Amino acid sequence: MTSADAVAAVLWVGIAFYAVFGGADFGAGLWALFAGGGTRGRRIRELVDWAIGPVWESNHVWLIFVLVVLWTAFSAAFEAITSTLFIPLSLVALGIVLRGAGFAFHTTARGSRGRVLAQRLFGLSSLLTPFFMGTVAGAVAGGRVPVGNAAGDAVTSWLNPLSLLIGALFVATSAYLSAVFLVREARRAGVADLERAFTARALGAGLAAAAVGLAALLVLRADARPLFDRLFDQALPPVIVSALCGLGVLALLRRRSVRGARALAVGAVAALIWAWGIAQFPYLLPRTLTIAEAAAPRPTLTGVLLVFGVAIVLVLPALGLLYTLAQRDLIGDAERPEADPRRPSAPNATPGPS
Amino acid sequence: MILAVSSQLAPARSQMAFTLGFHIVLASLGVAFPAIMLIAHYRGLRHDDADALRLAQRWSKVTAVTVAVGAVTGTVLSFEFGLLWPAFTGRFGGVFGILFAVEGIFFFLEAIFVAIYIFGWKRLSGWAHFWTGVPIVIAGLGGAAAVVAVNSWMNQPQGFTLTGGKVTGVDPLKVIFNPAVPYEVPHMILAAYLVTGFVVASVYAVGMLRGRRDRHHRLGLLIPLTVACIATPLQFAVGDTAARSIAKDQPVKFAAMECVQRTSTDVTEYLGGRCTPDGVKGGIGIPGLDSFLVGWSTSTQVTGLDTVPPDDRPPANTMLHWAFDAMVGICSALIVLGLWFGLVWWRRRDIPRTKWFLRAVALSGAAAVAALECGWIVTEVGRQPWIVYNVMRTEDAITGASGVWVTFVATLLLYTVLGVATVLTLRAMARRWRTEDEGAAADGGGDAPYGPRPGSPPPTPAPVGGGSSGGEA
Repeated sequence: MTSADAVAAVLWVGIAFYAVFGGADFGAGLWALFAGGGTRGRRIRELVDWAIGPVWESNHVWLIFVLVVLWTAFSAAFEAITSTLFIPLSLVALGIVLRGAGFAFHTTARGSRGRVLAQRLFGLSSLLTPFFMGTVAGAVAGGRVPVGNAAGDAVTSWLNPLSLLIGALFVATSAYLSAVFLVREARRAGVADLERAFTARALGAGLAAAAVGLAALLVLRADARPLFDRLFDQALPPVIVSALCGLGVLALLRRRSVRGARALAVGAVAALIWAWGIAQFPYLLPRTLTIAEAAAPRPTLTGVLLVFGVAIVLVLPALGLLYTLAQRDLIGDAERPEADPRRPSAPNATPGPS
Repeated sequence: MILAVSSQLAPARSQMAFTLGFHIVLASLGVAFPAIMLIAHYRGLRHDDADALRLAQRWSKVTAVTVAVGAVTGTVLSFEFGLLWPAFTGRFGGVFGILFAVEGIFFFLEAIFVAIYIFGWKRLSGWAHFWTGVPIVIAGLGGAAAVVAVNSWMNQPQGFTLTGGKVTGVDPLKVIFNPAVPYEVPHMILAAYLVTGFVVASVYAVGMLRGRRDRHHRLGLLIPLTVACIATPLQFAVGDTAARSIAKDQPVKFAAMECVQRTSTDVTEYLGGRCTPDGVKGGIGIPGLDSFLVGWSTSTQVTGLDTVPPDDRPPANTMLHWAFDAMVGICSALIVLGLWFGLVWWRRRDIPRTKWFLRAVALSGAAAVAALECGWIVTEVGRQPWIVYNVMRTEDAITGASGVWVTFVATLLLYTVLGVATVLTLRAMARRWRTEDEGAAADGGGDAPYGPRPGSPPPTPAPVGGGSSGGEA
């Protein structure tokens, strides 16, 4: 493996982390958006706040990580993607601003009308941001991003069936992943009715994601046959892993084994991302730019790998600390959602040593 | 095509200037506010000072908002590297990118520990909680250094080989430690501390002017003001060194800052005035001073704008000159404010009693932000027409995509709303806290963090600002 390939692997690790943590975060915003009104809607939003409050910002640093690795190690690919896909990426940036602002303000401006507005913005941008990110991924996978400064079509590169389906797939996957996480969070909070509600949502979103994924495969077969073929050739192992993990989640959710379900859901999404990367290999931009062609001079690649090594030593333990403290309820500001008002039962909170 | 590109230049530069100018205020708060917050926190724990502890707790909630907004405006800047300047990043991303990779680590650590710190008030123990704040301060310094080093590299590019317009060799150490780093990095970090200190102090000065002269407000003014007043004279010295280095490293930028048209010795220093090709009109001229400031002698030769063709000179020369003068002027005024405060504190262990002092502090926050913006105008407009000094022109870096006018207008509107919402949110928080305090005063107790500590006597206000390094617990 060349050092360019190694850096490409680092890039894909970042994309997988972002798909998992950022995705779960977007999904939580989606569920808050569709929580409905009344006491139940409020409790769902409380659960979402309580679950993502301390971690949402760190979840999104993975995006910065991906951008920086891409422009440092594969500048030509970065130039091609950001210039041809100016429109969807501008919309992604807009979504990120609205989402961050919405989340920051809805927790601080409690009780005012601004809170409701901030909540809506947070929810809507949780829908639009992953969708447009998906169209970008679809444009790349579909081979519609040629090398150069705005060399591709500004509109049809991302406004096509494949891109739109991948956009929908990003949204569905985020919703699915988040619902699985929220099942576990609801159990941790001791709200049994919400645990059941999110189990149903997780099953529904999982089936929806599978359906959209299959539709995307059909379009991919017609649209970008080489990628499709490689998906069932060199990328077959991760495809199988992803499918098995997905089925496993369904089985575990039915048996109410939520911690295993969470791990398998993460595996399903991460394996899917890797399947995409392996199917594209050795291309960064299918059919026009390979990893080797886009790679920066060797000292830069070495530098990126070195920094990644430092990140593993410094950042991963810190992230572990953050998630552990959050899971053990040692940090947090939002109140946990109140128990089911209709059926006052003893909270079944079992603070497991996760 | 050429027409399309050049018509994109104005909105792209405006959008970059606007988003960077907006973000830099939040970034400064992000770098320096945690340190000021930890000073209060340290004082609260060490001296069992409930007021200081409450300040630290509230400042952490303010930090939660400013860091969140700063994180999104910072993300927008990373997008703009591609959305506005893809040809720049496409060619040089492999050169300067490594600095952003380093910054990424610091940003990650910052986001993680900010979350732990601001959400840790309820259940972490006092000193453990304090220590979770220390990485934020270190990450803020490291992150700022890495990002500003990229800007330094754009001013003093080195450490790469270009072959046929493509980067074929990189020396990362030469990129990281480029010649502008030693003055630009400390200049920005000090600016962050100076701006944050004066901005926070100005909030409490306004409160005191409105009659809220309790210990909470005094401490809220003293801690940040002390930090800012220490940073200001240091900043003046660093800035002076920077200006002299720029006269050597980027003589055309310096000539534009000082409106020097022709290379000569015994150059007059002009304060204000209008820059014209025939020299400065109006303004106060001090003969020989510009030469003296550059080389400690009036016979020092100062490079003029005439050394390069008009196309290679920075635009908006008068604005650039005024921005430079305003920055230096504000810094000087803030030094006087610091001397006034320091002198009175030294004599009486108290802040000056006159309302004029509080009025001056109340203004200092806005003044410091203005100086910060002026500084960025000087360094960014002064580098034009180059995006990479003497290597790549800004017009060659721009996106070929159309629609930058649209995103610029959208950004303008969005950020205006964002700025207003941020200020309104912070004001709502302050109002809520005041109501809480009034309620607590009526009940005879407050909601101090780590559980209430009734009966602990308020310690005598020792000089605040010392002992901030916080080693001996």
